Amino acid sequence: MAKIDKKAFPFSKQWLDDRLALTTVMKVLNTEYWIPKNINFLWAMGMVLAATFGVLVISGIFLLMYYVPTVEGAFDSVNYTIMTEVGYGWLWRHIHGIGASLVFLIIYIHLFTGIYYGSYKRGREMIWISGMLLFVLFSAEAFSGYMLPWGQMSYWAGMVITNLFSGGSLEAYSFVEWIRGDYVPAQAFLGRFFMLHVFLLPLIIIATIVFHFATLRLPHVNNQEGKEVDFDESARLWKEGTVESRKKSEVIPFSPVFLSKDIFVMGVYFILFFYLVFYNFDFAMDPVNFDPADGLKTPAHIYPEWYFLWSYEILRPFSKDVGLIAFAVAQVALFALPFIDRSPNVAPASKRGLFKYWFWTLLVIMIALTALGKLPPTDPVFAAMGLVFAVAFLLMGPALYIITKFEKKIEEGA
Amino acid sequence: MSTRRDFMGMALGGFTAVGAVGGFYAAKRTWDPLPSVKAAGSTIVDLSQAKEGEPMTEKWRGKPIFVLRKSADMPAHERDVVVKGVRYHVSIALCTHLGCIPAYKKASKTFFCACHGGVFDTSGINLPGLPPPSPLEIPPFAIEGNTLVLGSEGPEYLALKKNNLVV
Ligand code: HEM
Ligand code: FES
Repeated sequence: MAKIDKKAFPFSKQWLDDRLALTTVMKVLNTEYWIPKNINFLWAMGMVLAATFGVLVISGIFLLMYYVPTVEGAFDSVNYTIMTEVGYGWLWRHIHGIGASLVFLIIYIHLFTGIYYGSYKRGREMIWISGMLLFVLFSAEAFSGYMLPWGQMSYWAGMVITNLFSGGSLEAYSFVEWIRGDYVPAQAFLGRFFMLHVFLLPLIIIATIVFHFATLRLPHVNNQEGKEVDFDESARLWKEGTVESRKKSEVIPFSPVFLSKDIFVMGVYFILFFYLVFYNFDFAMDPVNFDPADGLKTPAHIYPEWYFLWSYEILRPFSKDVGLIAFAVAQVALFALPFIDRSPNVAPASKRGLFKYWFWTLLVIMIALTALGKLPPTDPVFAAMGLVFAVAFLLMGPALYIITKFEKKIEEGA
Repeated sequence: MSTRRDFMGMALGGFTAVGAVGGFYAAKRTWDPLPSVKAAGSTIVDLSQAKEGEPMTEKWRGKPIFVLRKSADMPAHERDVVVKGVRYHVSIALCTHLGCIPAYKKASKTFFCACHGGVFDTSGINLPGLPPPSPLEIPPFAIEGNTLVLGSEGPEYLALKKNNLVV
């Protein structure tokens, strides 16, 4: 048994240290987890995401107390009981809806920040991959949650998305029926997606967030110049503690120094968040979903929530099989980013020659696909534009490979 | 010594593997459609209700079914179901692309799917160049007098099936 200070007062610092090594844990996770000084507010997005996830969990707990997961009861339990009877039930619902929408906005900002600064390579591949896993898990979480009010959009989104698993010409309809537990989305379907949404997926998400944080610990976060910081030397300077040495050090401790900056950004973010919750909640509530699910009537125009529009638009302009393949490629392509990018440079896109144009083109394509995805499929001009942008998106992968293959190495200090 | 440890390791691994396989099997079966769902009975469609030139929608196993009594100006097709000399188009009203319900457009005499723009003619044939890869599917049916029994496979259905006309 390790040495224990028998005279230590119960629950004092010494007493806890002897039993839990608390001081060491705090050092590793907080006070000596070094963050480069040279970063901007975009590096606060990770903690903004963590906070938003927390808000989603809390509002979800309150919704769960009155939600009824049956095809007869679900719609009324949400639109009648929670919205009109339960005290402040509307508040939890609007927080949950806005939270689900904004979490994707911040995920996209976080993800594009990573691409812009090259934070996905040279030791940071696992950060990127675990981040993409979170993206997929949040997509599944959002989709399963969208089923729960059992409105028209819930039902038809459930129908269309589960049909994707038929694999086109593979005609795996028994697999689709297995996923649904019925020929069409019905009680078995609602029950299992309810389970996924409130228990299994959140559990996996929490574990994956912990993993995402763990992948950050050794490579540390990147910085605005992509500079390779000498963390040992900078940590030594910081710990020396003089004004001079701390000024010379290129790092600050995560907690409490960097975290205070994160919390400032969170403050600004939550002002926007609650502005939307109280004054603009409609934007996260599709009017079509205020009609109860009807398996005998498809709404005139169905479309997913805004954050899925770009991938939906990659599916739509093609024939069934080609569309499914394009869709599948689009879903997994980003995972491979660290391995498609052949350039040794970790630097902001503005310093990486052609990559700069590649980055902004990608952003424009995704925004264009998002805008086009919302339009009805009837207009031939927009349909043609959808095809052009979908093909352009698919060509961005090979383009990145070629561009980065010829990218000149940036000399350190240049 | 090491062989005894190997044995323990393999025994433990073996039992764990058997347990895992059993567990996954149970989980898979739990996720299967219930027998009551599978046994969901058949639907009887009274054809005397069908108006000429205008599809009616029935429900079978939770799915909508189109029954269209063809008018004279709608071209005949080998997929038609003929009852007492009258031609009907009968199909599962779910788009063969991703399963939305196409709506019947009187003006153009087509079924239009609003989800991704698929179009089917009055015989359920998909128009080329659009997302749906195949015609609307014909559900199993049997003809009894002037009714259709959906869910049972009568000789007329089996004949269509043999000629690969049901999908
Ligand atoms: C939704 C859940 C997510 C949470 C809670 C989360 C959290 C965090 C946190 C706290 C950081 C460190 C601070 C920062 O750089 O912002 C971080 C960094 C990072 N995350 Fe995420 N993240 C999430 C999703 C994602 C996604 C979807 C991606 C993209 C694939 C991603 C990729 C990255 C990368 C590349 C870094 C390193 C940034 C750098 O080194 O500068 N994360 N994440
Ligand atoms: S579901 Fe009908 S065209 Fe896609």
